This record gives sequence, C-alpha cells and structure tokens, in this order.
Amino acid sequence: MLTDNPALLGLVTITLGVGVCLGYFYFSNLVLDTFIFPAKGPKAGRNINRANMIRPWLFLFPALFALALYLAYPVFETLRLSLTDRDQGGAFVGLANYRQMMNEAKFWEAVRNNMLWLIVVPAVSTAFGLLVAQLTDRIRWGNLAKSLIFMPMAISFVGASVIFKLIYDTRPEEQNQIGVLNAVWLKFDGGTGSVVFLQILPSVLLLGFAAVTAYVVWTFVRDLAAGERNRKLWLIPLQLLAVAGGLWLIWMSVGSAAGVWLTDLPYGKAQTWLTLPFYNNFFLMVVLVWIQTGFAMVILSAALRGIPEETVEAAIVDGANPFQVFFKIKVPQIIGTIIVVWTTITLTVLKIFDIVFAMTNGQWETQVLANYMYDKLFRANDWGIGSASAIIIMFLVTPILVWNVYNARKEMR
Amino acid sequence: MAANIAGKKSGLTWAVHITVALLVLLWLFPTVGLFVSSFRTADQISSSGWWAALMPSEQNEVYRTGDPDDDRVADGDMFVVTGNIFEDAPREIRAWGVSSKAVAAYQPGETADMKDGESLSLQADGSYVWRGNDKQLSGRGQRVFITATVPPEFTADNYRTILFSGTGQDNMAKAFFNTLTVTIPATIIPIVVAAFAAYALAWMEFPGRALLIAAVVGFLVVPLQLALIPLLRLHLAIGIGKGYMGVWLAHTAFGMPLAVYLLRNYMVGLPRDIIENAKVDGATDFQIFTRIILPLSFPALASFAIFQFLWTWNDLLVAKVFLIDATGSTTVMTNQIVELLGTRGGNWEILATAAFVSIAVPLAVFFAMQRYLVRGLLAGSVK
Repeated sequence: MLTDNPALLGLVTITLGVGVCLGYFYFSNLVLDTFIFPAKGPKAGRNINRANMIRPWLFLFPALFALALYLAYPVFETLRLSLTDRDQGGAFVGLANYRQMMNEAKFWEAVRNNMLWLIVVPAVSTAFGLLVAQLTDRIRWGNLAKSLIFMPMAISFVGASVIFKLIYDTRPEEQNQIGVLNAVWLKFDGGTGSVVFLQILPSVLLLGFAAVTAYVVWTFVRDLAAGERNRKLWLIPLQLLAVAGGLWLIWMSVGSAAGVWLTDLPYGKAQTWLTLPFYNNFFLMVVLVWIQTGFAMVILSAALRGIPEETVEAAIVDGANPFQVFFKIKVPQIIGTIIVVWTTITLTVLKIFDIVFAMTNGQWETQVLANYMYDKLFRANDWGIGSASAIIIMFLVTPILVWNVYNARKEMR
Repeated sequence: MAANIAGKKSGLTWAVHITVALLVLLWLFPTVGLFVSSFRTADQISSSGWWAALMPSEQNEVYRTGDPDDDRVADGDMFVVTGNIFEDAPREIRAWGVSSKAVAAYQPGETADMKDGESLSLQADGSYVWRGNDKQLSGRGQRVFITATVPPEFTADNYRTILFSGTGQDNMAKAFFNTLTVTIPATIIPIVVAAFAAYALAWMEFPGRALLIAAVVGFLVVPLQLALIPLLRLHLAIGIGKGYMGVWLAHTAFGMPLAVYLLRNYMVGLPRDIIENAKVDGATDFQIFTRIILPLSFPALASFAIFQFLWTWNDLLVAKVFLIDATGSTTVMTNQIVELLGTRGGNWEILATAAFVSIAVPLAVFFAMQRYLVRGLLAGSVK
C-alpha cells in the first residue's frame, strides 16, 4: 500500500502537488487563450481584453481558495460554534458558553496570565533586542554576536522548553543540584552578596523602569496639555489609555521594589521553580524572551543602520553624549520599527501554546488562553467553550489586525 | 560608537565589548547545557551539573584489591598481593583510605598500617602492595576508597539509543522521518501556489486588487487557533481524517498569507522594464512568470522556504490536531518529546538527546541560510 510508506507518500505528494499546481496554471491559461477567448478571428482584440480580465483570477484561485477555506471560513464557523452546544446536537444556545466560561476560575487565570505575558514579553524582548542591536552596531565581531543571539529563533518551543526545564531542574536536598538556577540559588546565603544581587539590584532595576515609564507618561501628559489645534481627535483616548497603563506600571514596579525588601527569601533550600505560583509565569516567559530577542535584534539592527549618519554626527558635534545620541536621536527615528517589532511579538504571545503545554500544561496557575482552549477542545471535548475561548483570542488580535491593514492600505496609496 | 568619531578610544568601548560578550554567553548557555548533557551518561548527569563536566572532577570511588586466595604470593612468613586497582580506566589518585570512615586518610605513596602488621601501600597510578599474614590475606580483597581526579568523559551512547537501538518511546528514528514527511511537501507546495498569486497581485491589473492585498495582510495575523475545530470537523466530514494529507493542507494554507505577502512585496520591486519588454516581445503572462519572475525572485522564495521549514518542523499544535491519531504511528518529534517530558521527566540523558536531535536540523538550516532568513524577516515586518 502507498500509505504504508510515508516517505514514498510524501514524495508522491510533492510531485503530484507541484505537478498539479503547475499543470493547473499552464492548462487553465492555455484553455483561456485558445478555446474560450482565442486571440484571432474577427473578435481578436475584444477577446484579448476579456482573457486578460480573467487571467488574474486563474493565477489567484488556488491561493484564494486556501485562504478562504482554511482562514476565512473558520473564523465565522468558530464564531457560530461558540454559540452552540455539542451535547444538544449543536443547538443554538446564545451566549451560554461564554457565560459558563466566565464563571470558570481557570479562564480568568488564563486571561490574567496572558495579560502578564503581553506586558512582559514584548517589552523585554524589544528592549533586549534594541540593546544588542545598538551594542553590536559598531564592533568588529558584531555579526558573530548577532548570529549567536539570533540562533534560538531556529529552536522549537518544545526544544526550548526541554532546554529550560533542565535549567529549572530540582533535586532533593541531599543531592547535587543539576539545574543551573538552583545551583546558583544555593550560593546565596543571606549575606552581603545576597543583599546586593537579590535586593538592591532588583530594586534599582524596578525603580529605573518606573522612572523611564514616568518619563514617557510625562511626555504624553505634556502633549495632551499642550492642546494643539490640529491634533487628531481619535488619538486622545489612546493617549489617555497609555497614560493610565503607564501609571499602573509605575505603581506595580514601585510596589514590587518594596516587596523585594519585605519578603523573607528561603535561602539555602532548593526550589521547584515551576510550581511557585505567580512567579512560575515569569520562568515560562524567559523561554519566549530568549527566543524572540533575536528577532527583535535583527529588525532593529537593520533600522539602526538605516538612520542617516548626518543626524548622528550633527548631534555629536553639538556635544551630545552616547546615551543622548541613542535616546534622543536614534530611538525617535526608528520608533515606527519598534512598534512593528512590538506588535509582531505581541501576536506571538497571544498564540503562545507549546511552551506552557510542554513545561507545566497550565498547572500551578500558569494557564494561558491558547492552552485553555486546547484543554477544552481535546480533553474536555467541549467544542462550545473551546470555540468561545478561540474567539476571545481573535478578539484580542483584532486591534492589531485593523492597525496592520490600515497601515498597509496607507502605503499602497 | 560616538567615541570613534571623536577619535579616542574610551572606556565605553570596553564596556560595550564586555556587555556583548556577557549577553552572548548568557544566550548560548542554555543550548550548550543541553548539548553537553546529551553526551553524558545518566549517572554523570544526575551526580553533577553539566558545567562540571567540562572540567576534571573529583570523584570518590570504592575499589577492591585482587582476591588474596588467588593472587597472594609468599614473602618470608608473610604474604603479599600486588596489582593495580584500576582494571581499565586509570585515574589520578589524590587521596585514599581503607575505611569508609576515613576515605581520604592517606596520600598516594604512603603506607596504611592496619592492625597486627597488616599494611597496604598505594601509588598515585593505582598500583598497590598489600602485605599481611596468612589469616589477614584471605577471603575477599581489601576495600580501597579513593578520591580521584577524573578527566572529562563523554559518550555518544545516548545518540545510539535515540537513533538506532532504543525501543518504543526512546527511539526517535520514526518520528524523525515522520517530521521530514510532514515538512518537505508542506514547504514546497505553498511556494508554488503563493508565487502565482503574488505575481497576479504584483503585476496584473484587475479590480479589487488593493482589497485582496489588504485581506492578505489581515490574514497574516489570524490566530490559527480559530481554524482548529472547524477544519478538523471538515477533514473528518470529507474523509481526509487525521493524517499526512490533512496536515499538508493545513500547513499549506496557514503559510499562505506570509508567502503571498513576502513574494508580492519582493516581486513588486522587480524592474518594470524587463516585464514590459517581455510583453512587447509577445510573451504571455505564464511565460513571463516562469521565465523571468520566478528566477529573479529566488531570494524571496528562499526566505519563505526557510520560514515555512522552520515553522513546520518546529510545530506541535497543527500536528497534534490534524496528524496524530490514536495509534500514534504518525507522531512527530516535537510531540514525542512532550510525551517523553511526561513519562521520562527525570531521564535527562534521553530527553536532552531527543531534544537535540530535533533541533539539530533547524540549527543547521539556520546557520547555512541565515542570510535569507534575515532578509525575509526584514521584508516581512519593516516597511
């Protein structure tokens, strides 16, 4: 049997698939030009025009068919399924699935964790990517460094999960720790080193983050207060939202900085990192940051290279220090690229599934939406709630979708 | 950096070099850990961290001297057993002892005096002289506790197990070929389909073109989570079921927006003159496409091919939903590794090796074709 040998089946499929595609394009064009609208006889001119009107659709048809059947149709079908109940034979039940979902603690846990991911991963990946891009810009071995930091992009989420599970590994007290994190953790004993690295350093970082955020919020407030005449009205709510988000971030980071001093750390005991509620989310996020930083770096590095040299030189001549050059000259010029990188990583985060599935499977309060959906779909066999949670993901993606389409259309003009 | 333009090398340059070096090490560290672990035995992995494997380590071991009943030789009124405690793997002895209570009581070359004239001397290379009377040198050999420096030791056994000799879940050979079977058609077919569509969107005039391009941009971000249930139902309804055909179709369609988008952006930038000259010379659109556009678009085709290859090779979700049935005979590597994480969570020699086998191919592709990957990324997200 053909199906018994997958390699042979694969080969046949490649040949058949490519052959059928090429054959389709060739013969459909042939049929159009020789039989339907032949370019000869009394109506030759009209026929050529007609054929040229139809030809694009011949070229487009297979791709459009795939897009329509595998991406457009499922959006509406999922929406429909989310309003039906499988146990009642697919009867329409209105918003019952959503209501049931909203009553589940696990769903809200997934939403909360997804929000955490959405805040932390794009921000940290973009920041690291920008840092590496800037630092490697002018050094001789910069390309090698970039290539090595870019490497995790090729590693699957599952492979990365195994890699990081080894880092987070925990052994019983009396054995040697083979996970790096625990081995390092056991070096801390509450002495001076511990205070410097586990209390002073994190507080400084958190307060620094709060200061940067405060600066950004201040620029927004100044903009709003200036009240220019020709400002676009629809920007105001967005700016207010950004200010509110910024204030919340400041509050959170100052609070965490205080928390660092108020918590008693369990020195000298090996920790099972992935079962520490709340904090384990961050250990999972590290995996994605590790992968996505390379992506951010590559794109931001190209953007930095695209900055006109004169602007930088002019600033240096005017006496700007390297930090001022970076933050006041370079960053404003690549802010568009930074936003693109940020939204692209945001999209990846919204769909994040493999890492959580492989490392904790949503246990110990690490559930995220995509894994919640998979759980409902293939473990609980509940199509209704599974679809409802998929729609929630789609809902979260929609603003980015609209923004991207809006930008693409603007460029085409 | 700024300092270079000003003509002086400042401390900042050094800070930059050191920071970059630290970041690179930090980023490499996890992967290196997995790589090193895959060459260690189960005992080595569970007794020390992988970072210790790179340097000579101190180990405590127990050996026995030769059996006195067979090996002893008369020496006056005493008996002597001589030999070397290391039969095959020599070690550099740092300290030794004859009792479990004092395992490092003696230096190499010293002689341990046990009760009633019995003695044992041990050299650094493991050769010993054990001396005693008839009664003392009988029964079993004397136990010797040593503290030795062990050179780094690595083995390829794990790879042998994973690729060839392992049984059941431990053998990844089948999953490896299954992954290949999924990946190759799922990479090639979308390229062909998308290239034609991209050409139409780039170089043919027809009403609704702008709208279609906008739609493709929109489809770029539709989460594939939405597609799972309706398409699985569709596949089951039309008889494809779960299998290679289903996963090929799914990957082809899910890769389509990016393919069309990347290729169209590239083709639009090709010089208009070439295409118009060809048209004037009477070439049909099909000829222009196959003779001119396709060869010129090679960089973009390569970019997308790498993306699609990495994505299909590394994918877990689509394979789990559309491919792997209850028998599990079509399992792919990512899925098998997740299962190993569940059942063999502590067997790091198996896990690390399995994971490394699965990431080796994408890593090779990555380093070989990085140029095209970077180009594709730039075309895909920066305008």
